[in-house]
Amino acid sequence: MDDAQTRELRDDAPLPAWKHGDPVDAATDALIEPRGDQLLSSTVTINKPRAELFAYWRDFARLPSFMENLERVDMIDEKRSHWVAKAPGGTTVEWDSEIVEEQPGTYIAWASAEGADVPNSGRIDFRDAQAGRGTIVTATILYDPPGGMIGKAVAKLFQREPAIQARRDLRRFKQLMETGEIATSSRNRAQAQQERQ
Amino acid sequence: MRALTWHGKHDVRVETVDDPEIVNPRDAIIKITSTAICGSDLHLYDGYIPTMMKGDILGHEFMGEVVETGPKSTLQKGQRVVVPFTIACGACYHCGKHQYSACDNGLPADNQDIAQTLYGQPMSGLFGYSHMTGGYSGGQAEYVRVPFSDIGPLVVPDGIDDDKVLFLSDILPTGWMAAENADIEPGDTVAVWGCGPVGLFSVQSAFLMGAERVIAIDHFPTRLELARSFGAEIINFEETDTYNALMEMTGGIGPDAVIDAVGLEAHGFFVDNIIDQIKASTFLGTDRIHSIRQAIIACRKGGRVSMPAVYGGFVDKFPLGAFMEKGLTLKTGQTHVQHYMPGLLNAILEDKIDTTFLISHHLPLEQAAEGYRIFHDKQNEVTKIVLKPGLEFAA
Repeated sequence: MDDAQTRELRDDAPLPAWKHGDPVDAATDALIEPRGDQLLSSTVTINKPRAELFAYWRDFARLPSFMENLERVDMIDEKRSHWVAKAPGGTTVEWDSEIVEEQPGTYIAWASAEGADVPNSGRIDFRDAQAGRGTIVTATILYDPPGGMIGKAVAKLFQREPAIQARRDLRRFKQLMETGEIATSSRNRAQAQQERQ
Repeated sequence: MRALTWHGKHDVRVETVDDPEIVNPRDAIIKITSTAICGSDLHLYDGYIPTMMKGDILGHEFMGEVVETGPKSTLQKGQRVVVPFTIACGACYHCGKHQYSACDNGLPADNQDIAQTLYGQPMSGLFGYSHMTGGYSGGQAEYVRVPFSDIGPLVVPDGIDDDKVLFLSDILPTGWMAAENADIEPGDTVAVWGCGPVGLFSVQSAFLMGAERVIAIDHFPTRLELARSFGAEIINFEETDTYNALMEMTGGIGPDAVIDAVGLEAHGFFVDNIIDQIKASTFLGTDRIHSIRQAIIACRKGGRVSMPAVYGGFVDKFPLGAFMEKGLTLKTGQTHVQHYMPGLLNAILEDKIDTTFLISHHLPLEQAAEGYRIFHDKQNEVTKIVLKPGLEFAA
């Protein structure tokens, strides 16, 4: 056999760009305490230093300001937090989450606790972009849509093009960090309020 | 307030709509004193631009008085401002390089998907120009909400007429950037397709940048005469074979630089143009590109192609072979208005540039729909319409 035909060359493409192989397996390997088998991953470059972005993200209570599907996140203590996400029909899904590993300015890895409505785990990585262009931010999230009625609701919530939702959330994070606000074309406050729901 | 709204092909109406308010900290509310109908508004009027919604307020060339400011706006109530048509944040990598129309943050996050899919990356927002460019309400209205008002609007001194500075919002910087993109060298011959406002400003700018000859191409006599009055030689493509004329006029060399200021609504009945029209009407292709095709074929070897004309989608029959074999360079893009405004305002204040010649009509905002109709139907007589919200009905 020709070596070239059997040898596997893994290229440098990040997970969301893979055409072959199993990105979920790779993401599972990358997470400290993986939960779930559905993968969301997206990257954005933000024209701000790593430390500033890390500090904003580390206070999870602020995440709902740019993550549209989150209703609120309460910090329980330094490591643990309680998450409430919007679900169709005005209902919510909730879970506790714990930071399983972090390195200030570099990454945060978390995993949901036992009994989560939506078992999930993820990490957010902050790397310096080249030539002072700010920070490359990568979110990698695994989640496990449950069965039953709530499962249907959650599937509807997360699987409505979840990759697009993740990308939009990261864009809003970028807007908030770079410009101090989240761009909207709403002509007035009532319209803006409506669009956030 | 009253505003000009879009309802479909050749259907625009002045209606009463909700007033704008401060929504984000950097916003300002501007009371419009003058707002123009742009040639590219006709693309919307003709239904060529997708992602329009009934009730959208049009208009991206406007100026007025600051009446309300958000806590992070640097403007002050009472200031007179001209607002750039590109909505840019001033804080991202591209704005840092003064590539304002490539701003990362001008579009709401949800509106970025279409441009990301069509173009690879999202572009800046635009006022009053479909939801693909943000869905922002435009300025053909009594009031407008201006995002990032600490970056965009240019404060103009009191005592200078609206008509003198209004075109800083779009077409003057666009014509100027078109000439800049042609990398004009002293002694050059520059050919300009289209003598609409952008083409005419390109003619003026090209001379200011050192072109020795400018050849302007159109078929409306009024517009060609305006080009001639700035010193251009003219070609009427209905009377003349443009390629042959250009080759003869340049001693068989071709123009050193060519500027396509026509874009996706190229008029005129040429075979390739008609094919494009059929494809456009059947959604096979959105852009009709006769002018850029001809410009590339006419351009001299090693020459420069500048394309201020608006194209939105895909084309075929693009003369890629001629482009490659002749080693041409193409520069294009939506205008980085914020970059050019201050310098051009100075040129206006020093009387080096006067753009008021362009205005053929002043109409009250209430007659905006009529304005669209005559601008669309009578392009020879109507060179530019300025709408004034305060103006009484014309008799």
